Amino acid sequence: MCRVVDLQQAVLAKNEAAAQILRTELTTRGTTVVNLLSSPGSGKTALLERELLLARERGVPAAALTADLATENDAERLARSGVPVKQILTDGLCHLEADMLARHLHNWLPEDTRLLFVENVGNLVCPASYDLGESLRVVLASVTEGEDKPLKYPTAFGLAHLVVVTKTDMAEPAAFDEAVFRTNVQQVNPGVEVVLTSVRSGEGAGCLLDRALSAAEGSAVHAPVMAQARA
Amino acid sequence: MHEMSVALAVVDQVEQAARSRGAVGVESVSLDVGELAGVVPDALAFCFELACAGTVLEGAELFTRSVPGTARCGTCADVWDVGMPPQLICPACGNAAADLVSGRELRISEVRWADVEAEADAAHVRIREPIPQES
Repeated sequence: MCRVVDLQQAVLAKNEAAAQILRTELTTRGTTVVNLLSSPGSGKTALLERELLLARERGVPAAALTADLATENDAERLARSGVPVKQILTDGLCHLEADMLARHLHNWLPEDTRLLFVENVGNLVCPASYDLGESLRVVLASVTEGEDKPLKYPTAFGLAHLVVVTKTDMAEPAAFDEAVFRTNVQQVNPGVEVVLTSVRSGEGAGCLLDRALSAAEGSAVHAPVMAQARA
Repeated sequence: MHEMSVALAVVDQVEQAARSRGAVGVESVSLDVGELAGVVPDALAFCFELACAGTVLEGAELFTRSVPGTARCGTCADVWDVGMPPQLICPACGNAAADLVSGRELRISEVRWADVEAEADAAHVRIREPIPQES
């Protein structure tokens, strides 16, 4: 014999509450968080290097946190832009959570930061489930990864506010079919914007910065259909 | 593989509920897992056993119920199973889905306490007698 309790509780409620607190706290002080997700090697760091440099040139106070299981290589690369950068070593954890981010920001994030870019652990599965208090979630895919990436990782692409295609200078040798990729993105996330970028050719330079600033100024970001159902 | 984080979150929440009720043991925990929640039930079951060790949940069974993804069209009001990978474009009229009705749930639906005496004190916890199939 036992008692049965209908305990209707969302499992990730703790992370979501922490993310909401962080979002409110940062937005109030004028900082907007951009969460970057992709598989390893899609070019998050390369894109961010370029966009941080542009932010500095344009006088936009930006900062970046980059997460990896090991090494400080990415922080060293991003720091060359001259903006404040911090490496998060997850010690094997495959994603960031809101309270981890909050801990790393404490006593580090410069007061006047307008845009905080968070380069998540390279992984399209787990980071998708964790809200970090971001106002803009960006999912990247490089042209060499195949047009069906959005179908293979529907949660990551389905919850994106912006989809960025990287390495378009290699689109031709990789036989990347842009139309098929776009159709696949629309299947899991109708209406989301897809932008093309290449840090080699310069395509899409500033696109990330512009979208981030627009979100920081309070412009409405895309509302993914998939983000609606949550219990 | 974030199933360990999910398992730890489940254990944490059930432990809290157990403390507030003075429960001394847990027979089972039931979870609703939406097919778009990004959680693998088998991997979760493995992690759950590890996460329960040394807690009031030690030895508890985990039951997961899969919740299919369904969407509703804002234009023609059609409702369909989105499948996997999800199809969020309306199969009837070709417009974008207006709502995802279900499919992203990740929720503790039910806990069976090993003790019989404890009473719920939290307002959001509803106690009911077990139905015959549960006894």
